[in-house]
Amino acid sequence: MNLDLGDRERAFRDEARGWLERHVPESPLPHMDTAEGFEAHRRWEAALAADRWSVVSWPAAYLGRDASLLEWVLFEEEYYRAGGPARVAQNGISLLAPILFEYGTPGQRYRYLRPMADGTEIWAQAWSEPEAGSDLAALRSTAVRDEARGGWILNGQKTWSSRAAFAHRGFGLFRSDPAAGRHKGLTYFLFPLGADGITVRPIPKLDGHPGFAEIFFEDVFVPDTDVLGAPGDGWRVAMSTAGNERGLSLRSPGRYRTAADRLSALWRERGSGAADLGDRVANAWIAAQAYRLYTFGAVTRISEGGGIGAEGSVNKIFWSELDVRLHETALDLLGAEAELRGTGAVADGAWMDGYLFALSGPIYAGTNEIQRDIVAERVLGLPRGNR
Amino acid sequence: MRFSLNDEQRGFAQSLDDLLGDADVPAASRRWADGDGAAGLKLWKRLADLGVSALCVPEAHGGLGAGPVDMVVAFEALGRHLVPGPHVESAVLAPALLAASGGGPGLDALADGTTMVTVAAPPLTPFALDADVAHEVLLLDGTTLFTAAAGEARTSVDRSRRLFDVHRGEEVGRLEPAAAERALDGAVLACSAQLLGAGERALATTVEYAGSRRQFGRAIGEYQAVKHALADIRVALDFARPLVYGAAVSLGAGSPDAGRDVSAAKAAVSDAAYLASRTALQTHGAIGYTEEYDLGLWINKIRALTTAWGTPRHHRARVLTAITAVSP
Repeated sequence: MNLDLGDRERAFRDEARGWLERHVPESPLPHMDTAEGFEAHRRWEAALAADRWSVVSWPAAYLGRDASLLEWVLFEEEYYRAGGPARVAQNGISLLAPILFEYGTPGQRYRYLRPMADGTEIWAQAWSEPEAGSDLAALRSTAVRDEARGGWILNGQKTWSSRAAFAHRGFGLFRSDPAAGRHKGLTYFLFPLGADGITVRPIPKLDGHPGFAEIFFEDVFVPDTDVLGAPGDGWRVAMSTAGNERGLSLRSPGRYRTAADRLSALWRERGSGAADLGDRVANAWIAAQAYRLYTFGAVTRISEGGGIGAEGSVNKIFWSELDVRLHETALDLLGAEAELRGTGAVADGAWMDGYLFALSGPIYAGTNEIQRDIVAERVLGLPRGNR
Repeated sequence: MRFSLNDEQRGFAQSLDDLLGDADVPAASRRWADGDGAAGLKLWKRLADLGVSALCVPEAHGGLGAGPVDMVVAFEALGRHLVPGPHVESAVLAPALLAASGGGPGLDALADGTTMVTVAAPPLTPFALDADVAHEVLLLDGTTLFTAAAGEARTSVDRSRRLFDVHRGEEVGRLEPAAAERALDGAVLACSAQLLGAGERALATTVEYAGSRRQFGRAIGEYQAVKHALADIRVALDFARPLVYGAAVSLGAGSPDAGRDVSAAKAAVSDAAYLASRTALQTHGAIGYTEEYDLGLWINKIRALTTAWGTPRHHRARVLTAITAVSP
């Protein structure tokens, strides 16, 4: 058992560190969920891609570097340490791309992966519906076969679609066989958000920015070439996305490690008048360190052929709650200044922005209540029964 | 980088589990608490045969010279199975102190388990565990090691922890401050591993109970309130475990961060194991609150170990000092 990096990994990390030091913008970009910020973040994605840093773990043919899982973790640590901008392409890169690699046709991979990697096309996810949140399989949006045109007609409504206010394309599940069971007869579709019959209504989030949206579908035609996986197999295909989202790929340990280090620095500056917060600062650091080491354990397991499975739910509960606690501690340290945002606030309001972002963690990708059910039933083996 | 146990370590854990699983350790622990050490000493001998007492003794003295990771593997099993006796003191702390101070009882006899040593190390550990059974009592006062004599007996909530005041005897030797700190960190880590094992056992016992105990016509483990409480223990233990093993790697590599990492592990695993014990009791209800039912042995063990070898608050303060120190 060791935590030592090999020569190749150290060289990779140092190269990433050097590049980020030279390229990360000195002052923060405008928020990515504004029209101006969205474009600025796309340009950043293009800059990353130009030197092959946007999707390090992808194959070289798709602008990646064939980086190992460990190297990806190291890149992420460096990225957060350097204060890199939020990744506007994140939904596509971490949720859709793994599915394209696993289930996509060569044509789909050719058409979609490179524009995703360099920020040309930003993807929005379209999972939830007004009556299908945690209970995703209750979704009612429909796909009806159009044999004449060789495709499907989509109708219905999606909501809480991250990035959809400004994004170019979306991906989501539609009910293609209403006679089949809840988890059957669902099909995974890719569609342009500018298609005829699609209306996008942005929804400002708690932070005031339109970070997600409702999407209305009225007789939207999607050709067969934009069905991902087999028709009717959408649930299985989508669940591998959910596994990714809950597990390793969405939340790298770098985020918490950097935030915990900044919290330690904040305590050094302001802790003298708040000695009672010391325990919480220490706990935040300990939790971030635990998450980092846990990730190294998972990386080892995966590289030796193991999987993540339902343990992704254990992971998701931990990082989402750690994130909230860490930011709450920072806000308590800031005292009366904690509520301030933007210019004039400590660190331009980064702690409050981080807090507002963290609040979504226990909700999205399956609420933490759903995750606890999964842990209890699939990890601990408690009876499923009638909850 | 490889952050998982190797096949040998898994095998070692398995052989300890096999031995202890068949040994009716709770009964031995109860008799140990009553002052009847026969079963506990037999267990001590069998564990020594598996190499537990030799793990941390240098090879030159007949030990295995194993690293802290192997030690953690062993102590997780001792905690899971409720093994009584001064294992932390005799197998981890004493070898480190004696090797670093160059004196005292022979390391060779520690390695083969024929000598049992206990150690008091105030202020964190003011009492000597099982000083009436141990062949030698040591006292670490700052960086000076003394022989000691057992004084008045104290009563722990975990009755199998037979605690004694100590009276200072002859000076054995002096340690470099860093060596003393490293020796104590080893003991703190061993205690952390015991807590990890004990917490895992409390969870496993409770999952089993929740799946079979029925109320209102169904297993109580079907209720979401119970499910979520048990899921929270799984989360807490799953994220305490890498801290414990990470601290072992750190200690083994002689990292300058080892003290910080050991304290992070003790703080987190104390909280996790304590959560496990409280939820285990609550889920079992009245049966868990009885002395007769074995679960109570783990509950009281976890309560005692939570504040032994430094309270969670002490260890968090040590982490805080380390992480807020201005880097050189």
